Amino acid sequence: MSQYIYVTYIRSTQQKVWDALTKPEFQKTYWFGMHQETDWKPGASWKLMFSDGRVADAGEVVEIDPPRRLVLKWRNEFRPELTAEGYSRCTMELEAEGDLVKLSVTHAIERENSKLIQAVSGGWPRILSSLQSYLETGRAHGDTRSTAEVKK
Amino acid sequence: MSMDAVFRALADESRRQLLDRLHDKNGQTLGELGEGLAMSRQAVTKHLGLLESANLVATKKRGREKLHFINPVPINDIAERWIGKFERGRLAALSDLKKKLEREEP
Repeated sequence: MSQYIYVTYIRSTQQKVWDALTKPEFQKTYWFGMHQETDWKPGASWKLMFSDGRVADAGEVVEIDPPRRLVLKWRNEFRPELTAEGYSRCTMELEAEGDLVKLSVTHAIERENSKLIQAVSGGWPRILSSLQSYLETGRAHGDTRSTAEVKK
Repeated sequence: MSMDAVFRALADESRRQLLDRLHDKNGQTLGELGEGLAMSRQAVTKHLGLLESANLVATKKRGREKLHFINPVPINDIAERWIGKFERGRLAALSDLKKKLEREEP
């Protein structure tokens, strides 16, 4: 098993963090210009799209319990060596702690030394830092606003 | 989560060593993490507690065991504060050059 857990505390409400995670108009501001396409129902297909319309990652919604918990089946679709690793599992959990929301993202795959988990471990901290900045100050970090860096 | 707590937690060689071990192999128990270290179990427990309260370590239960994971988000927050969009690429290039030069035979 390869696994990472990313935790960030955001001065906001569970509902606002949930909306920022699940609504395309918010996603585009802090997620490297990318957005997600899905109906947000259990079993629905799920896609993470580059701003030019290509699919970056795809899978399905496994569990959804707004505004607390979201589980996605997740496969990379733009780097063949990562696509070959198959599906990973990404779990997002939101808990209120005082006036903060604890957001935990667990990304795991049933294989050792996964290149996918290594690849996303560079992206997640930047996405989450930027999300926090966006929700707390209204401004996402500059380098997460466009897709350019992801494609390298 | 204060940046002071993050810097305090990082200002200790033993705690940086524990983070290095998690970076090499994520999701270890307290016992695994302490193996081969010149630190008592109590010291490892104390250091991990400090790292966890600074949000540099996240934990997860697996049965009766508690697994420890490095959480890179606060370190990214530090980088983000002083390293902007343009510097990131240049610094990566410099860092690559340094690694390359240091590998080369004299």
